[in-house]
Amino acid sequence: MTSRLSNFFYFLGCVMALWVILTHQGIPDYLLPTPQQVGAAFVQQPTLLLSQAAITLSEMGLALLFGVVGGVIIAVAMASHRWIRRLFYPLVMASQVIPVFTLAPLLVLWLGFGIGSKVVVAALILFFPVCLTLFDGLSRVPQQWLDLAATLQASRWRCFWQVRWPAALPFFFSGLQMAVILAPIGVVLGEWVGASQGLGYLMMQSTARMETATSFAALICLMGLAVILSGVVQGLRRYFLWPTG
Amino acid sequence: MLGFDGVSFSWPAQRLLHNFSLAFAEGKTTALLGASGIGKSSLLQLLAGLHPIEQGKILVDRSQIAWMGQQDQLYPWLSVVDNVLLPSTLTGQPPDRHRAKYLLERVGLAHRISAKPHQLSGGMRQRVALARTLYTDRSVILMDEPFAMLDAITKLRLQTLTGELVKGKTVIMVTHDPAEACRLADEIVLLHHSPLEVTALAAPTGAAPRPADDLGLFTAQAALLTRLEAYDISSE
Repeated sequence: MTSRLSNFFYFLGCVMALWVILTHQGIPDYLLPTPQQVGAAFVQQPTLLLSQAAITLSEMGLALLFGVVGGVIIAVAMASHRWIRRLFYPLVMASQVIPVFTLAPLLVLWLGFGIGSKVVVAALILFFPVCLTLFDGLSRVPQQWLDLAATLQASRWRCFWQVRWPAALPFFFSGLQMAVILAPIGVVLGEWVGASQGLGYLMMQSTARMETATSFAALICLMGLAVILSGVVQGLRRYFLWPTG
Repeated sequence: MLGFDGVSFSWPAQRLLHNFSLAFAEGKTTALLGASGIGKSSLLQLLAGLHPIEQGKILVDRSQIAWMGQQDQLYPWLSVVDNVLLPSTLTGQPPDRHRAKYLLERVGLAHRISAKPHQLSGGMRQRVALARTLYTDRSVILMDEPFAMLDAITKLRLQTLTGELVKGKTVIMVTHDPAEACRLADEIVLLHHSPLEVTALAAPTGAAPRPADDLGLFTAQAALLTRLEAYDISSE
């Protein structure tokens, strides 16, 4: 843990040093603000940043809820019934051929500038890794574990909850980890295409007004949210997953 | 009556059984010996109802079957005691913790009931599997090379323990090890390969009692090895 923290601070120090060096190369403030200017943006507008971060966080939370629940339902259905797998698997794969970036303007058009379009854009992006990794996990349960349940005449339902689901949990958490990394991308994408609030919107607005320091501050807030969510997933993973020795 | 009656069964690329019949002695331990890949484990899996057969009958009460595989089949997310209680968990029966603890005591693991499988050695894990197999007190125990992955000393200890714990039950055990067959089995069935079929032969030990001492065991093993060689069913 100490080693990981020291590695993190070492990395952060390198980034800050590089940043400071670059700002002393005559690059104008509106292209690359100094760390002090970004710090000042935090100090001067804490309410604005916090309120926009709260909106983006709520969008990410809802997107995670819908994307993860949808991914889990489809994955479980595909793993449980062959005909559902045959029906949905090609659809799920095909859905990834269409870049969500191209769908975002349409979703904003259909769902409006409110929270709905951002949640749907992000949910569509993060649905895929959750669904596919969980389906993979449910399909790869060691046969010997299933055989044991079969010899004990376990019902299909009990076999699922007592064997297949716990066996697939490592896969589920891998998908969830990817989902929390993708959630900010989806939400900000939605906010860029059309929104009246949120960190993505704030970044667009401040960049347009040449207030790059505020844009950087919003970006750092977004990174912070992603790191917090990722930490929460890591914590859940440690709590729910069995140690492998 | 426990066994196969005119059973036919095929794997996708191979016919394994054709009108195959074999009866097992109830209340006794039968060892199935034969070359690798001949279908010994498949016979056990068919008895356990893991694959549908094409024709014939498998004469067994499946609610009376307990299974112990070559690998311990312990679920890594459950503690030792919860793994032993698994038959209750998977069938919705109330867990009998006293029996689970009693069995863990019998296999010498009473002090490790809260441990997770990865914290145990191979021999300990197999002892937990044995306790789980005996937990439901079923009358038919199917064992698929249960000690194959253990070192010689651990194997010997577990064989002795198993012999004590399964007394009076019908045990059908697949093994590659003639010494194990002589040590544990009341009857030994040799399986040999005629093209795409499996045939059961008479028990080579006949009515002779299980060898009681080392010399008897050694003699029985030698006789069995001679017989294995005669039928050319070595594992190579």
